[in-house]
Amino acid sequence: MDLNYTKEEQAFREDVRSFVHENLPKDIGEKVLHHKRLVKDDWVRWQKILYKKGWVAPNWPKEYGGCAWTPIQQHIFDEECGYAGAPRVMPFGLVMVAPVIQNFGSKWQKEYYLPRILSSEDWWAQGYSEPGSGSDLASVKTKAVRQGDHYIVDGQKTWTTLGQYANMIFCLVRTDTTVKKQEGISFLLIDMTLPGVTVRPIITLDEEHEVNEVFFDNVKVPAQNMVGEEGKGWTYAKFLLGHERTGIARVGESKRELEQLKAIAAKELRNGKPLMQDPRFRDRITAVEVELMALEITLLRVLSSRTKPGPEASILKIKGTDIQQALTELTMEAVGPYALPFRPEVRDGNWKGESVGPEYAAAAAAVYFNYRKTSIYGGSNEIQRNIISQMVLGL
Amino acid sequence: MDFIYSDEQQQLRDSLQKYIAKEYGFEARKAIIASKQGFSDKVWAQFAEMGLLGVAFDEAHGGFGGSSVDTMLVMTELGRGMVVEPYFSTVVVGGSLIDLGGSEAQKQAILSEVVQGKLLLAAALGEPKSRYELNCVETAAKRDGAGYVLNGHKAVVLHGESADKLVVSARTAGGARDAKGISLFLVDRKSAGVAVQGYRTIDGMRAAEIKFANVKVGADGVLGEVDAALPLLERAADFAVSALCAEAVGAMEALNAATYEYLKTRQQFGRPIGSFQALQHRAVDMMIHCEQSRSLALLASVKVQSEDPNERKRTVSAAKIQIGRSGRHISEEAIQLHGGMGVSNELAAGHYAKRLTMINATLGDVDHHSERFASAA
Ligand SMILES: Cc1cc2nc3c(=O)[nH]c(=O)nc-3n(C[C@H](O)[C@H](O)[C@H](O)COP(=O)(O)OP(=O)(O)OC[C@H]3O[C@@H](n4cnc5c(N)ncnc54)[C@H](O)[C@@H]3O)c2cc1C
Ligand SMILES: Cc1cc2nc3c(=O)[nH]c(=O)nc-3n(C[C@H](O)[C@H](O)[C@H](O)COP(=O)(O)OP(=O)(O)OC[C@H]3O[C@@H](n4cnc5c(N)ncnc54)[C@H](O)[C@@H]3O)c2cc1C
Repeated sequence: MDLNYTKEEQAFREDVRSFVHENLPKDIGEKVLHHKRLVKDDWVRWQKILYKKGWVAPNWPKEYGGCAWTPIQQHIFDEECGYAGAPRVMPFGLVMVAPVIQNFGSKWQKEYYLPRILSSEDWWAQGYSEPGSGSDLASVKTKAVRQGDHYIVDGQKTWTTLGQYANMIFCLVRTDTTVKKQEGISFLLIDMTLPGVTVRPIITLDEEHEVNEVFFDNVKVPAQNMVGEEGKGWTYAKFLLGHERTGIARVGESKRELEQLKAIAAKELRNGKPLMQDPRFRDRITAVEVELMALEITLLRVLSSRTKPGPEASILKIKGTDIQQALTELTMEAVGPYALPFRPEVRDGNWKGESVGPEYAAAAAAVYFNYRKTSIYGGSNEIQRNIISQMVLGL
Repeated sequence: MDFIYSDEQQQLRDSLQKYIAKEYGFEARKAIIASKQGFSDKVWAQFAEMGLLGVAFDEAHGGFGGSSVDTMLVMTELGRGMVVEPYFSTVVVGGSLIDLGGSEAQKQAILSEVVQGKLLLAAALGEPKSRYELNCVETAAKRDGAGYVLNGHKAVVLHGESADKLVVSARTAGGARDAKGISLFLVDRKSAGVAVQGYRTIDGMRAAEIKFANVKVGADGVLGEVDAALPLLERAADFAVSALCAEAVGAMEALNAATYEYLKTRQQFGRPIGSFQALQHRAVDMMIHCEQSRSLALLASVKVQSEDPNERKRTVSAAKIQIGRSGRHISEEAIQLHGGMGVSNELAAGHYAKRLTMINATLGDVDHHSERFASAA
């Protein structure tokens, strides 16, 4: 038993750290640290920087332009990027659809889409959820009917993250209504600029525009955009769920938020003394920090195990999001009454105006409410618990 | 023991409930919040007509001579409707400061106007560094002939932008955190030297930063005893906290009801999600949280009148702790059980959660009142 990183891993961490330090554009880093609003260009700029370095697709096999890093290296990379305040690499293209295309896609799909994903030329969205199909994903109704060389798509997707920026969306569509519900689903790649695709914003509790409804009205999608076999979409979707190994725990981001919370608690006063010295508040920070320490080791145990991570990855999702949410809650409480002012304009990167309260308070409550999403998306934490209880505990 | 409301109280509650259900739906409220002022003069005039603005004040001052329980009834209904009009700042906080501390002349002049809906008040008590401590006052009031001159910065003043008169705590003696040396002043918001920076709050209300630069206040603008206003402030704040607790109970009831309804109607896996026991138990816990909150909110609404300041403080702080914890629990669970819909701004659920969360950050959070509770033993 040796619970230290190897010399090579430590050297790798140093490389990543200095690269991020030298190459993360200051304006983007500032936005992330201060919870300002990121726009499309911020993500794309950072992804192009990683692309140039050859680091944008750590999870891809080398033959497609990936890094062939070990899971531990991938974790170190995620952690350093998150900790430094780099924007999260958009997962929909690089982490989600790409492995499906690599494993099940046609030659044409590989040659056409993979390079465009690497270079951030395409922005992908995930078209799984529908108004009637959230946790019960296999009930999707959006239908795709074969007509000659095309599929005609009709239906609606919802909660589509950053769909307003996307030009491509991978969808679970129903191609057969006569078989068992899982067996009638196919995996279709849809160009969002096609006639008949409409994107409408959904505004969240923080009054931000981050998710969308996407409507398909008689959309003519070339048949060459069907991934693998018709009717195998559910299998591919499950493969994808099992594929996202690292990153769910968000250890790097949480470490950064924890550090910022401590800095805030050192500045805020309670009874004339720094809040950080108030045992009542300090103990609550400690409780989260201890959970985070444990999660990091749990994550490393999962990554180091010789078997492919299975349902126990659900532990990482549940605990990772618990911790993220607890940190936003403590940050909101740390700023006291200055949690109340709500000024979305302040979150614009170019905003220059009169402040209200300390800068770190400006988005505290908005971020708290925004982060309620983390225990809902990507398979709600209830569904994750169902998975553990059925697949691990055998209940 | 008697937990029964009188006929008059039930009437008051029913008529307000009816009014809100009819005139103050989610869409109507949204339009009010989007308006320039952030609340509706029309609704305010209706409140005056219904007698809501005077329930707590003596008949001699234009009120209806009700008790703190009447205020609680009103606040619970306002909470259920997520009403954004300045009832809390004008009637509850501002009104009780004047009612408890004002001279007969001040009460005559101000309360009767408040009751008629002609005058809005706001309490400017907090400061950038005061957090929830009422004794932490750096705004300075210096003697100037018969009156005073005010300088300082008041933070997150609820409805400060629209108030006609501000009740301002300022230091007339002593150091920044001393209990002695605090005085209260009535200041016209339009006085020379008062600068108001208004903004929205995340729960759909309005608040303001207010800066005072050499603002002159006459001798008739002193409220209560010079240098010794803290006990008055605390009493009024306790009354305000008990009212907030009552409001929270209304919001919790409505949020729970919305969640139970959603559990019964939302279908996944071919059945209502409320048929999953994992969610049933959580719905039950939300209900228990609400009942525990109601119990302490009731107790606080009665004991806030107690002559024994320790009993008053203990009970009010206990209620605020319970409300803070339960409000957080219910809010988070309600959002979670709504799934994606819970984080959409188009559903009322999230807005109840925002209000409940901000009630915890108003006049003392759980930590603040935990300490106060222990020290009032
Ligand atoms: C901010 C955000 C971004 C998102 N981004 C995307 C995206 O880019 N692409 C995409 O396809 N989807 C996205 N989603 C959708 C997300 O995957 C769904 O919201 C999620 O799967 C839950 O589905 P639902 O919202 O329909 O809730 P429901 O499934 O209706 O669930 C409601 C509640 O019931 C619980 N529940 C349901 N079934 C059970 C059960 N069997 N046992 C116990 N409890 C149960 C849930 O846990 C939840 O608490 C996003 C969601 C959010 C909030
Ligand atoms: C100290 C003590 C004193 C007692 N005194 C008496 C007495 O005086 N007279 C008497 O008749 N009995 C008495 N009991 C027995 C008591 O009523 C039973 O223990 C109790 O009803 C639970 O039954 P069980 O022990 O068979 O557990 P089980 O019924 O087997 O339950 C095991 C676990 O499963 C849970 N569970 C069971 N069904 C469900 C469900 N549908 N949904 C969710 N969870 C479920 C239970 O809550 C429990 O956590 C006593 C027990 C104790 C421990």
